[in-house]
Amino acid sequence: MNPIHPAISVCDLGKRFRTTQALDGVSLDIQPGEFFGLLGPNGAGKTTLISILAGLTRADSGHAAIMGHDVVRDYRQARRALGVVPQELVYDPFFNVRETLRIQSGYFGLRHNDGWIDEIMHHLDLTPHAAKNTQSLSGGMKRRLLVAQALVHKPPVIVLDEPTAGVDVDLRRSLWEFISRLNREGHTILLTTHYLEEAEVLCGRIAMLKAGRIVACDTTRNLLARTSEHCAALRLDGVPPAGWTERLQALPDGGWRFSFSEYGELETLLAEVRSAGGRVTEMQLLEADLEDVFTDIMARV
Amino acid sequence: MNGFLALLYKELLRFWKVAVQTVVAPVVTALLYLLIFSHVLESHIEVYPGVSYTQFLVPGLVMMSMLQNAFSNSSSSLIQSKITGNIVFVLLPPLSYLQFFGAYLIAAIVRGLVVGLGVWLVTLGFSTPTVPHPGWLLAFSLLACGLMGAVGILAGIWAEKFDQLAAFQNFLILPLTFLSGVFYSIHSLPAFWQTVSHWNPVFYMIDGFRYAFLGQSDIAPGFGLLVVAGSFVAISALSLLMLKSGYKLRH
Repeated sequence: MNPIHPAISVCDLGKRFRTTQALDGVSLDIQPGEFFGLLGPNGAGKTTLISILAGLTRADSGHAAIMGHDVVRDYRQARRALGVVPQELVYDPFFNVRETLRIQSGYFGLRHNDGWIDEIMHHLDLTPHAAKNTQSLSGGMKRRLLVAQALVHKPPVIVLDEPTAGVDVDLRRSLWEFISRLNREGHTILLTTHYLEEAEVLCGRIAMLKAGRIVACDTTRNLLARTSEHCAALRLDGVPPAGWTERLQALPDGGWRFSFSEYGELETLLAEVRSAGGRVTEMQLLEADLEDVFTDIMARV
Repeated sequence: MNGFLALLYKELLRFWKVAVQTVVAPVVTALLYLLIFSHVLESHIEVYPGVSYTQFLVPGLVMMSMLQNAFSNSSSSLIQSKITGNIVFVLLPPLSYLQFFGAYLIAAIVRGLVVGLGVWLVTLGFSTPTVPHPGWLLAFSLLACGLMGAVGILAGIWAEKFDQLAAFQNFLILPLTFLSGVFYSIHSLPAFWQTVSHWNPVFYMIDGFRYAFLGQSDIAPGFGLLVVAGSFVAISALSLLMLKSGYKLRH
């Protein structure tokens, strides 16, 4: 394992499924130890990108590598270095939890792996369910088992494809605690999610994908700072002063939303409300969050 | 334990966990065939001189059960994994296409042999328990189960739905096994159907396997084995090509 290699390296990746261009020249480097978020609307190409990394899909053009190992040419080393938690809640109903994890270890050539299997089961609260058939597990438990299966071979790079879709709050929290711990211990994490607040809290760097292209890729902090717009929610005891109605957006609760780039604009508005004999009964400044940045970027490109 | 052994273990454990369905049921079915056909035909038919109909039927039934179960094992395991999506568990690890093929193939052969042994044991009471040519028995069993296991891999990869696999089984496998001389000698058929039977590889499997028990057959066992081995190599090569290219597994 050469330390100069990125954990995940993707170069000019292209993939077409019949009529849709799923990926259109995607290039991306993720460094070892990063917690990286991949965001984008449905059909943006997130799962296709992950599938190519995992060897489940073959790219039409470009190449991808895990820890410096090409996913096609050196597929054995690449797959040994990668743990994937698939999006669909899949399981093999013939086996129980422990058998599933033992068999999965075996596929990676690991024979005496029970120590580590016990440890992951413990961290994912699967220990009481070790002897249960996978079919009898709840949805949340099945999701945990998928995470455990992705970790049996201690991969340095872990990919989670929407791991919290349809998962209750408790599990989501314990899952993120565990994943964050793995990240602190040096594992590289690549995450796709529809919950933008999760990405904002967890990911150090984020790429946004739209129609198979990367439309933004920066640190989460820079992305949040990128928007120069501020926003305030106001409630007035009368109608807004003449000339401002175009800049105020009516909110369903009867209030108004005011977007501005300089605080002076807000001052002017407040002064005009007062001179027109009106009064501000309530005001709240809204900080930009990742959702605003996301919506903004997706609308612009 | 390398990845291949783990996949083989998983495939063996899979059918063994449902042995009532995968082993006991086919043995019972074969026993029913034997009871009915031998009861009805025992006194009417003598295919080879000095060989009773039941003695003639038993090897055919054993082989037919082995073939059907070897095919079922690989094909149903693959189609179930594909449809439920858990096929990713074997696609994500660093398993080569050869390891993949080998594990599904050997598991299919083992299931075929276990069922064959079961059928043979329950039919012991109806026929002579001796096998004068064990070498031919072993060669035909292994190659025939291997061939049908490979056909099962092919069908399991190709089929996208259960009904496609069922069609494969009902319109190809079942006619080939039934029209192969399990219940009759092809010499009792009209000339046209005798010629057709010679194009059916299953006929050579049954005929050669029967030779191991009775020392008599329609075709020289050496030639039969050559046909079965040739078919096995051809189908395996095709399956391996499909697996190597990722056909219907890696998009």
